[in-house]
Amino acid sequence: MATAQQTAGPYWHMIDFPEWADTTRFGDEGPRITLTGVIRDGAGAPVTDAMVEIWHADPAGRYDAAFQGFGRCRTDAEGRFRFTTLKPGPVPGRGNAMQAPHVLVAIFARGLMRHLLTRLYFAGEPLNETDPLLALVPEARRPSLIARESAPGVWTLDIRLQGEGETVFLEV
Amino acid sequence: MSDPTPYAPHAPGSQPPLDAPAYGSTHKRHPKLAPIRAPLTLTEATSPRLTPERFPPEADMSRVNGKDALGQRIIVGGRVLDEAGRPVPHAMVEVWQANAAGRYHHPGDTHDAPLDPNFLGRARLFTDAEGWYRYTTIQPGAYPWRNHHNAWRPVHIHYSLFGAGFAQRMVTQMYFPGDPLLPLDPIFNAVPDEAARDRLIARFDLELTVPEWALGYRFDIVLRGPAATPFEEDHA
Ligand SMILES: [Fe+2]
Repeated sequence: MATAQQTAGPYWHMIDFPEWADTTRFGDEGPRITLTGVIRDGAGAPVTDAMVEIWHADPAGRYDAAFQGFGRCRTDAEGRFRFTTLKPGPVPGRGNAMQAPHVLVAIFARGLMRHLLTRLYFAGEPLNETDPLLALVPEARRPSLIARESAPGVWTLDIRLQGEGETVFLEV
Repeated sequence: MSDPTPYAPHAPGSQPPLDAPAYGSTHKRHPKLAPIRAPLTLTEATSPRLTPERFPPEADMSRVNGKDALGQRIIVGGRVLDEAGRPVPHAMVEVWQANAAGRYHHPGDTHDAPLDPNFLGRARLFTDAEGWYRYTTIQPGAYPWRNHHNAWRPVHIHYSLFGAGFAQRMVTQMYFPGDPLLPLDPIFNAVPDEAARDRLIARFDLELTVPEWALGYRFDIVLRGPAATPFEEDHA
């Protein structure tokens, strides 16, 4: 039996290091992108004390390279997270499937007894049409996983923890 | 390339629900729709490269710039294993906690208790090749938290762990034996299974205790294991 999880609580910022929001800080080369969005609760209020982590493949779709691919960021007073990273490539899925480029997103916060897992996909990727995970999501809820390019190189995806437009969360 | 081995689902009752009504902050923050069960892929079966070179360890919270923090010095140690009983080697573990007076070194903590200039309250460690970890700190104090009338958190240390796959990622809290606040705490008691709750409580350990120096506490942590391997239920 795995150890029980417990909320990160309100003071997880003790392990917040702002530079972790930039996965390229160890020198990974390539065009940088920004991943950003606002996290809201069931009342539509911004979640201003969340810890957000990302994990994704390198631009060639590999996880075994030297690329860091991991970031951590706190949401600000507007509930916004903001990462600087490199855009991941398509990643092999199970069997012979190919997954569309995506970023694993984990959310920790006061009021979350366990962290939540979701994914961020990129609008306009042809592989989105055949991605095995997106195929499991009812069509009406897929937009909650697909970031749009709100400015060149800036990909935006808002996250709703509860209620209208609730984000699709994953159990792996 | 062969497919990664799925992780076993969590044992019933071993994990707290997201909807925990006695913990007020969950009301507006827990998703109401069921999660999508996703197949395990490389994304969840791999984990970031968190090396001591890039993330320097600091395993002593009991002093700052050579000056001792106030309070009971303790050593906390244990083993990180998976559900198959295998050690989780070279795993990054982050811990954070309140000081001996029950105050966090954090601008959001307004509890009327003194800060200690010689106590920051965070550490970063890596398990060794056999999954062992250990750090030195000060016994934290209990603190009030406004969840309900006269609400006090039992004494605890927060833990964050990374395994070999992101699906093993976990954040938890370690408690101390004999704490009278434990039966009253909505966060601890959100875990349905009594044995699972008991495993969140460290044990006093004379082996870890260092003569003339610090009390020792043992706290083992079990991360999710592979579905294909039979479970060993007893790592507590
Ligand atoms: Fe705490």
